[in-house]
Amino acid sequence: MKKLLKNKTFLANSRIYLTVIVAFLVMFSLSNAGILSSSWKGYLVPICAYISLAVSLNLLVGICGELSLGHAGFMGIGAFSGIIFAALLKDVVVSDTLRLLLAMVGGGLLAGIVGFLIGIPVLRLRGDYLAIVTLAFGEIMKNIIGNLYAGVDENGFHMAITTSKMALGEGGKYIINGPMGATGVQKLATFPMGFLLVLFTLFVVLNLINSKEGRAIKAVRDNRIAAESVGINVTAFRMKAFVVSAFLAGMAGVLFGLNYSSITATKFNFNTSINILVFVVLGGMGNILGSVISATILYVLPEAMRSLEDYRMILYAVVLILVMLFTWSPKVKEIVSVISAKLSGIFKKKEVETNG
Amino acid sequence: MSFLQYLINGISIGAVYAIIALGYTMVYGIAKMLNFAHGDVIMVGAYVSYCVTSYLGMPAIVSILVAVVACTVLGIVIEGLAYKPLRGTPSLAVLITAIGVSYFLQNAAQLIFGSAPKNFKSIVTMQPLTLFGGGLTITGEVIITIAICVAIMVGLTLFTSKTRMGKAMRAVSEDRAAAQLMGINVNQTISLTFAIGSALAAVAGVLLCSTVPTLMPTTGAMPGIRAFTAAVFGGIGSIPGAMLGGILLGIIETFSKAYISTQFSDAIVFSVLIIILLVKPAGLLGKQIQEKV
Amino acid sequence: MADYPKNVVQVPTFNLFREQDAGKLPVLDVRNLGIDFGGLTAVDSFNITIGPTEIAGLIGPNGAGKTTIFNLLTGVYQPTRGSVLVNGIDIKGMPVHKVNKLGIARTFQNIRLFSEMTALDNVKVGMHNEIKCSFLSSLLRLPGYYHAEAAANLKAMELLEFMGLADVADQKAGSLPYGVQRRLEIVRALATNPSIILLDEPAAGMNPSETAELMHQIRRIRDTFHIAIFLIEHDMNLVMNVCETIAVVNYGKIICKGTPEQVRQNPAVIEAYLGKEDND
Repeated sequence: MKKLLKNKTFLANSRIYLTVIVAFLVMFSLSNAGILSSSWKGYLVPICAYISLAVSLNLLVGICGELSLGHAGFMGIGAFSGIIFAALLKDVVVSDTLRLLLAMVGGGLLAGIVGFLIGIPVLRLRGDYLAIVTLAFGEIMKNIIGNLYAGVDENGFHMAITTSKMALGEGGKYIINGPMGATGVQKLATFPMGFLLVLFTLFVVLNLINSKEGRAIKAVRDNRIAAESVGINVTAFRMKAFVVSAFLAGMAGVLFGLNYSSITATKFNFNTSINILVFVVLGGMGNILGSVISATILYVLPEAMRSLEDYRMILYAVVLILVMLFTWSPKVKEIVSVISAKLSGIFKKKEVETNG
Repeated sequence: MSFLQYLINGISIGAVYAIIALGYTMVYGIAKMLNFAHGDVIMVGAYVSYCVTSYLGMPAIVSILVAVVACTVLGIVIEGLAYKPLRGTPSLAVLITAIGVSYFLQNAAQLIFGSAPKNFKSIVTMQPLTLFGGGLTITGEVIITIAICVAIMVGLTLFTSKTRMGKAMRAVSEDRAAAQLMGINVNQTISLTFAIGSALAAVAGVLLCSTVPTLMPTTGAMPGIRAFTAAVFGGIGSIPGAMLGGILLGIIETFSKAYISTQFSDAIVFSVLIIILLVKPAGLLGKQIQEKV
Repeated sequence: MADYPKNVVQVPTFNLFREQDAGKLPVLDVRNLGIDFGGLTAVDSFNITIGPTEIAGLIGPNGAGKTTIFNLLTGVYQPTRGSVLVNGIDIKGMPVHKVNKLGIARTFQNIRLFSEMTALDNVKVGMHNEIKCSFLSSLLRLPGYYHAEAAANLKAMELLEFMGLADVADQKAGSLPYGVQRRLEIVRALATNPSIILLDEPAAGMNPSETAELMHQIRRIRDTFHIAIFLIEHDMNLVMNVCETIAVVNYGKIICKGTPEQVRQNPAVIEAYLGKEDND
C-alpha cells in the first residue's frame, strides 16, 4: 500500500520531468541544427521564464488557494535587480553563465525578501481582498521600479528614485534610467539556463507539494479552520508558499530581463500578472504539468498568429472565453455532450448500414 | 487657495471614479464576481459618444443617450453570453472570462478605431467659474461631473430603497438562494444590475474623456483598476461605500500628485488602499462577516 | 510539569471520576467560562473538570450553547470571562493551532475534512507537528525526508486501521460516505496526539448500527490511547451508555452535572427537554 502510494506520486512527477527534458532536447537540437527560425529561437527563453512563473503562481493559486494578481511585480523586482547584479559583477565574474546564475540567485532572493515583507501585513487578508492587495502591491512595485535610477561611476554604485538625487560622475553609466528603463543590457540569458530554471522550479514546487509542508498548505486551502484545529499555523504556511512563489518568480524575472537588451518597468504591469494567471487557470488549478503546457502554448499562440496582425489578440480573447465556457459551463457542456452523442449516433447508424 | 483648487479637482476626478466604482460594486454585490471588463465598457461608451458627435454631428446630449443605450445593451449581452453560463462555477473561472471579455473589447476597439488616440471634444460647453478674483477656477466639466455624480447617487439610493426591482437587487446580494425562494427572478435581477452598471459606465466614459480628452482603446483600463480600488476602499458591495471610496481616492490622488510626487502617485494611492484594508479588512463601509464554525 | 499554576485543582477522589484518575491533574479545567456576543450572553459561568481518562458528555437543547463552548475550549473564540486550562496551562490569548498543541483536539458538527485530499493525507496533516523533518530536507529530498515520511505513513495507516478505515486510505476524503467521514475526522483528531478529544455530535447522521459501532469505538479510543473524551451528542442512548459524567446546559448555563443516572432523574433536565408542565 505504502509503496504504491509513493510510486503514484513518483510516477506522476517523473512524467512531468520527462516531458520537460524531452521537449528541451528536441528544441535544443532543432535550434542547434538551424531548423528553428530566429523568431522561434527568440521565444525559447521567454517560454522558460513564463513556465517558471506559471508553476510558481500555481503553487499560490492552485495549491494554496490564494488568488494573487501581482505576480508580475515579483518578476519585475527579479528582472531589474538581476540586471543590476549582472552589470555590477561584470568585471568580477568572467564567466557569463556563472554571472547569470549569481544574478538569478540574487534576484530571486531579493524578490523572496520583498515577498516576505509584503506577506507580513498582507497575508492577514483572505480571498478577494487578498487578490486586490496583491494587485495593489504589483502596481506599487511597478511604479517604484519605473522610477528607479541606478548607475556606476568612478565612485562606485549609485541608486536613487529621483533624478535630482542621482548624480553620476563623469564617465558614469546608467544601468537603469528611470522611466526609460534598463538599456544596453548584456543579453546573458540562454535556453539551457532557462531549461535549468524550469527544472529547478519544478523540483522545488513538486517537492514542496509532496511533503508535510505541502500537505499543510493544501489543508489550509481545503479548510482553514480544521487545519488550525489540528495544530497548523495557517499564517506561517501561507507565508512559506508566498515567499517560495515570490523567490521563483524573481528568478524567472532575472532570466526574462537578461534576455533583452532593453526593458522598461511597464512590462511588469497588471496585464502580465493576469496573463500568468490565465496560464495557471487554463492549465488547471494545482496541475503542474498543465501549467507548463499552457504557458508554452499560450505564449506561442499569439506570437505564431502575428501574421493575422490586428485580429490575433481578438482571436486570443475569443479563444480564452470559449475555453472557459467549454471547460466550466454546465449548460455548454451539456449541449456539447448532446451534440457529440447525436454525432456518434449518426456514425453508428452509418456503420450499421454499411455493415448491413 | 491652491488647496481648495486641488480639493475641487480631486472631488471631480473622484466623482468619475465613484460612478465607475458603482458598476463594480453592484456587480460584485450581486454576482460575487470581479468584473474586470467593466473598465473597457467605459471606453466603449466614450467611443460611441465620440462617433455620434464627430461623425453624425449630433449634439452632445444625444451622444450621451446613445452611449448609455449602447453600453446598457453591451452589458446585458456580455452578461448573457459570457457570465451567465458560468454561474455557480468557481469565481476564478468567471474572473478569467471577464479578462477575456476585456481583451476582446480593447482589441475590437483597436481594430475599428486604430490605436492612435482620438481627440475627444468635451461635451461641456459651460464657461468656467472664476472665484476669489481668479484665485479659484472651477471648470464646467468639474461642475457637471460633480452634479451628475450627486444625481446618480440620489437616484440609485432611491431606486434600491423604494422600487421593487431595487429591493430585489438588495435581496439577491444579501442571499441569492433565499431571494430565489421568495420568488425573485435572480437571473433577471443580475441582468438588470449589469445594465445599470454599464449605463453608468457610459456616463463615466463621457465624463472622463471630457476631462482628459485623449481616447484610446486602453483608456478604460487604468481608471477601471482605480475605480475598482475605490470600490474596495469603500467596502465592495456597498453603494455609499463606492461613492465615498471614489471621491476619497480622487482626492488622495490629486493631493499626492500636488504635494508629494507626481511619479509616485500610483504607489501612494495603492499604499493607502492597503493600509485601509489592513485596518478595516472589509473597507470603510463594508460589512465584516465572521466565518461560522 | 513543574510549571503548572499553583491553583490547579486535582481530580477529587470522591464522586464521579474514575478511580484511576483520582489525585491526578485534570486534563481540562474550565472555570467560570463565559462569552457575550454583542449584548447577548451565549455562555455563562461554565465550570467543568475532566480527568485524564474520563468520558464526559455535554447535552442540552438546540441552541443551548454547546458548540460555542467547544469553540471556547479550542481557542476559536476568546472568552469574555473565565479561563480554560488544558493540562494545567491557560489558553488565554493563544491562537487555535497552539491550543491544539497543548493536547486538545476536536471534530466538527458540520464535518470539516480536507475534502480534496486522500483519507491518508488527512491523517498525516493531523500528524503534522509530530513529523520531524525540516523545510529544507523536504525541499531537497534529503534522507531525513524519506525516514519521516515512511514513519508517518506507518502510523497514519495504523490509526486508520484502528477505526476500520484502512480500506479507504487512498480515497478522496470528500467522496467518502457520511459516517466514514465522521470517523475519519476522529482519526485525524487522534493523529495530533491529544490528551483530550472533543467530539461534536459524532453520531449525527449515522444509522443505529453505525452508532452502536461508534459507541464501542469511543470506549476503545479511551482504553487504547488513555485519553479523555468530551462529546456533544443528541443521541441519548449513546450519551447515557458511553459517558461517565454528563453536563447539561441550557441558555448557556449548566443546569445539572452528574452521572447518567443522576442526570436522567433531574427535574431541571426534564424540564429543559420537555418543557414545563403546567397542570402538574
